[in-house]
Amino acid sequence: MTDELPRTSTASNAAGGDPYPAAGQPLLRIEGVTRTFGTFRAVDGVSLDIKAGEFFALLGPSGCGKTTLLRMLAGFEAPDEGRILLGGKDIAQALPHERPINMMFQNYALFPHLSVRDNIAFGLKRAGMPRAEIAIRVAEMVALVKLEGLEKRKPDQLSGGQRQRVALARALARRPQLLLLDEPLAALDKKLRESTQGELMELQRRLGMTFIIVTHDQEEAMTMADRIGVMKAGKLAQVASPRELYEAPRSRWIAEFVGDINLFDGESKLRDGHRLVIGTRDAGALVVAEPREPVGAGRLAVAIRPEKVKLSRRGPVSEAGRETAINRLDGVIADICYLGGTTTYKVKLDTGGTVQASVANSARIDVDAYSLNQHVVAWFTPDDCVVLPS
Amino acid sequence: MRRITRLSRFNIASLALGLAFLYLPILILVIYSFNASRLVTVWGGWSLRWYHEFFNDRAMIEAAWMSLRVAVSSATIATLLGTLAAVALSRGERFRGRTLFSGMLYAPLVMPEVITGLSLLLLFVALNAERGFWTVTIAHTTLTMCFVAVVVQSRLGSLDRSLEEAAMDLGCDPVRAFISVTLPLIAPAIAAGWMLAFTLSLDDLVIASFTTGPGSATLPIRIYSEVRLGVKPEINAICTLVIALIAVVIVIASLASKLSSSQGESAAPL
Repeated sequence: MTDELPRTSTASNAAGGDPYPAAGQPLLRIEGVTRTFGTFRAVDGVSLDIKAGEFFALLGPSGCGKTTLLRMLAGFEAPDEGRILLGGKDIAQALPHERPINMMFQNYALFPHLSVRDNIAFGLKRAGMPRAEIAIRVAEMVALVKLEGLEKRKPDQLSGGQRQRVALARALARRPQLLLLDEPLAALDKKLRESTQGELMELQRRLGMTFIIVTHDQEEAMTMADRIGVMKAGKLAQVASPRELYEAPRSRWIAEFVGDINLFDGESKLRDGHRLVIGTRDAGALVVAEPREPVGAGRLAVAIRPEKVKLSRRGPVSEAGRETAINRLDGVIADICYLGGTTTYKVKLDTGGTVQASVANSARIDVDAYSLNQHVVAWFTPDDCVVLPS
Repeated sequence: MRRITRLSRFNIASLALGLAFLYLPILILVIYSFNASRLVTVWGGWSLRWYHEFFNDRAMIEAAWMSLRVAVSSATIATLLGTLAAVALSRGERFRGRTLFSGMLYAPLVMPEVITGLSLLLLFVALNAERGFWTVTIAHTTLTMCFVAVVVQSRLGSLDRSLEEAAMDLGCDPVRAFISVTLPLIAPAIAAGWMLAFTLSLDDLVIASFTTGPGSATLPIRIYSEVRLGVKPEINAICTLVIALIAVVIVIASLASKLSSSQGESAAPL
């Protein structure tokens, strides 16, 4: 790998734009952006601020509008309403080649008639960079993505992972203020995807560049991004850090979309200090911590992540200094799913519902493992529960 | 596997018969073009006499030269127009009347040549155009343009749209993106289209005889009028030369189309 790339704007800077805003300063502001296709509102009034140097992920199921939003940032679609401000300048109607933004395409879109070197040099030539500098920059990029020795190959002579690197190098070569990545790892196999995730994060940190990634893979978004914007039906459902998104989802839909979760529908029964008792149909009365934002009366759902549900044979194991009020559910093991690092037990509750508990396999030979139809007690603390509007 | 790859006797026989049906007449023509005898059907030993005769036949050479000029210019104009039409059809996805436009573009593919020829003749007469080289060229352009459009459009259709978008993302305006990315990728299809147009124009008799004027006969017209007075062995020699020329063009066209398919995902139909 080469030394850190100079990031100041020079006469030869291909992007040619303004100097990079310092990290943490607002770089991109999306204001009430809407895009309709016919009567379908693909992107519906999205507002979002992205800071310089941030790694931001747009997460959502297919058809949620995340790719359309990305294409509007790149300039392939124009918003019907709203503004897109980059460094304070409205670029909503600017053409793709007028924006200091580059994109890495989902299928990479490498030019099949050009070699690796010419693919990477393409944008630099268009920017009118002198030949000698192009050669230096291309060599830099080739080293950055570890493609030394493959410069003369055509895209169809490369493996999937190598093509992905060429696409990345090509998009980075102009040193854009903002790099857009459309499902950059979707075409790679699992092992390669995981190692590439790490490399992308390292690269982003080292270059201090701002990345916006579009993905449908929530694990990918959680691993890489500083912040995640979850999209649903054209709207931003929640913008939060991975941890906040997982531990404090704002809606039932987000709770179910991000990771696994147990949900119990019910109604608020009584308030006891900062505790709330909720009567649920499937799990009886549950004690939960009062949510920070008050939830309205009426139907509610109690959500608890499987790894926060503990199992034992006799009853809750008290831990010193921990919560004393505890939710205790009796049941039998109905299903066991061994996943290597963890085992997920499905417990059929005596009260009618089921609860999933994820238990770490911390010992190789586990004599205490539960077996099918065994009677167990599932328990969890009020603080581990999230109350959501149903 | 064995059943699929090995040909049965029936397959071999039908293949041989089919090939014989297609190529035996041509083979006989080629062989008789080297006949020393003046009589077309009597073998009199090998000779290049009739080739010599042809190269000294000024009227025939002029007709051949006319045909070549018409073929080259009409193929070039047809390639230009056909490519533009193909681009408009596959890129301008949302313009009104697109279906009608493509239908109208492809109509000459199935239109009887007599009708095309006659209608063009009427047009030229109405315009009071002097019939000759240019009228034949225009008529052949009309005929061959749709073939070029079909070939180029199928290549464009198999091309990934995001390639052009990537070019724009990397600093090209839409026109530059087309020139630097799309054009090189469809070039083999364009070349194949040109050669197809060239061969179509070279062997057309019907439309040319409607639209040409006195003193500017194309080679097929000239051959046809000679044959009506009786087949001279010289005709065999000319036809052999035409076959050779067309064979060369077809081989180049199929190589170009193969090149095109090895670069992209799917081949142009040739």
